[in-house]
Amino acid sequence: MSRYKEIMARKNEIMKKSLGIDYERFESGSIAFDYERMMRETGYSLEEIIKIQREANVGNTPLIELKNLTELARKVSPTGKAARIFIKDEACNPSGSFKERRASVSVYHAKKHGYKGVIAATSGNYGAAVASQAAMKGLKCIVVQEAYDSRGIGQPEILEKGRKCETFGAEVVQLTVGPELFYVNLMLLEETGYFNASLYTPFGIAGIETLGYEIANQVKERTGKFPDVVVVTHAGGGNLTGTARGLIKAGALDTKVYGVSVDLTGLHMASDTDFNRKSFTTGHTGFGIPFATWPDRADVPRNAARPLRYMDGYYLVKQGEVFYMTELLAQLEGLERGPAGNTSLAAAFSLAQQMENDQIIVVQETEYTGAGKNPTAQLTFAKQNGVQVLVGNPDEEVPGKNIILPEHPSMVKAREVKLDNLKKSYIRNCIQHFGMPNEEDIKFLAEDTKSSEDFVRRTIEELKNGGLV
Amino acid sequence: MAKKGDWVKIKQIVLEPHERAENIPEDTKKTPLTMWVKGILMEDAEIGQKAKIKTFTGRIVEGILVEENPRHIHDFGSPVPELIKAGMKAREILYGGEGNEQV
Repeated sequence: MSRYKEIMARKNEIMKKSLGIDYERFESGSIAFDYERMMRETGYSLEEIIKIQREANVGNTPLIELKNLTELARKVSPTGKAARIFIKDEACNPSGSFKERRASVSVYHAKKHGYKGVIAATSGNYGAAVASQAAMKGLKCIVVQEAYDSRGIGQPEILEKGRKCETFGAEVVQLTVGPELFYVNLMLLEETGYFNASLYTPFGIAGIETLGYEIANQVKERTGKFPDVVVVTHAGGGNLTGTARGLIKAGALDTKVYGVSVDLTGLHMASDTDFNRKSFTTGHTGFGIPFATWPDRADVPRNAARPLRYMDGYYLVKQGEVFYMTELLAQLEGLERGPAGNTSLAAAFSLAQQMENDQIIVVQETEYTGAGKNPTAQLTFAKQNGVQVLVGNPDEEVPGKNIILPEHPSMVKAREVKLDNLKKSYIRNCIQHFGMPNEEDIKFLAEDTKSSEDFVRRTIEELKNGGLV
Repeated sequence: MAKKGDWVKIKQIVLEPHERAENIPEDTKKTPLTMWVKGILMEDAEIGQKAKIKTFTGRIVEGILVEENPRHIHDFGSPVPELIKAGMKAREILYGGEGNEQV
């Protein structure tokens, strides 16, 4: 047996040791598992997390009203009306993103359980967040990144995040494109005995609940009511899950939670040639759709990030629109912030125009920016990789071929994805993995898709009739 | 020649093309999975030759020496006039044209 196959065959054993969670306790033996009990028994309460984060200088970030962008939305809105747009300035966390909420709890947990170090497999802000928290707590840290194509050319945003991790004293292991990053991660976990600071553990997700909780309370304090809509940039699903759970815990039960991803349709995430033809390294459909329709693809047996459980709507925006809104945020609001949060900002600018003036829409994150992350860095890199940068109608953008900056602010659009289709696809994936659902599974699927048992039953019939299961 | 104690970057082939996972795109499958790590050089070594490093976490890793004192080369890129103009146009829409002092 090759070393690759030998390590992969032992993945469950390595993961269990590096996480210290026995997921089997929550299993039913089929599709269903006890999600809430898993969150309760392996996670931390909201009060505990607030305390952990306060001690780690995480959270309590400012909520900023984007008055000029709101005014611009009203000027270009077909009805002349638009909701007030607010943004949660998560760039104020120590490593510059909301990911520190997740990392603070993972690293706290690792330290409490006597691990000497932490490992995170991520090309994103999460690596920097884990590195920062590990530095604060005196733990060692390894960040494993998918950073280069086979020519050795690195995505500038990933290179910047690697630099940041190194600044915090983390060892950065950089790889070429490919899912075998997971194999390298397993080898490192086994070699070092460090804690696996996975993005998808119950405590990682619980760490984000404070974000939703703060938004609900800050908006209420400022305006006398909870927000009508919170828009969340969606990739792996943790951001949406944690924020939605926090909103519920604050009592904001009527607030709608929408996911937003950058449309990268047509680009293959594991392709060496496509790798450097995309200008977004996260918050895009390459993660957003697969993680919504099959969350348990993650590096843990049961993913605590379950976006369909909480999502009230899902929208796509184009790469050109996000760069455009990033520029407007700087030029109209005096805020120079990074790419990820601006994905949901682009959608919010459009969605606000379908709302009333007294309604409130919150963009729930910003992130730090700088070399490699700025639109100018990404657009220059895109051009070098043969992607055309044009001004026109973003509807005509073809990922990997061109990036179209909107000619006018009225052309920024949030394009709705039919949630029912994602829910059906998730149910189909569950059946393909576990077999036909029993009564308990049907109840679980209704909860896990925020639908009804009737919807689940109808979907199963539809799939059966179509020969899809 | 890099000296013992220098901060360097090494490279290692983790999986040769024939060892790669089965369900990956053909273009990726043709290439080796390559890894780069930085650390303190443990013995003098030449670029392109075998070298041993001690990383931030104290791990000892062997590979081919590729760079001494590796520099971060990512930058802000070139100005993008289309973006600059987009911001100017938005200000015009918001504040009502060039006659307005706020522009």
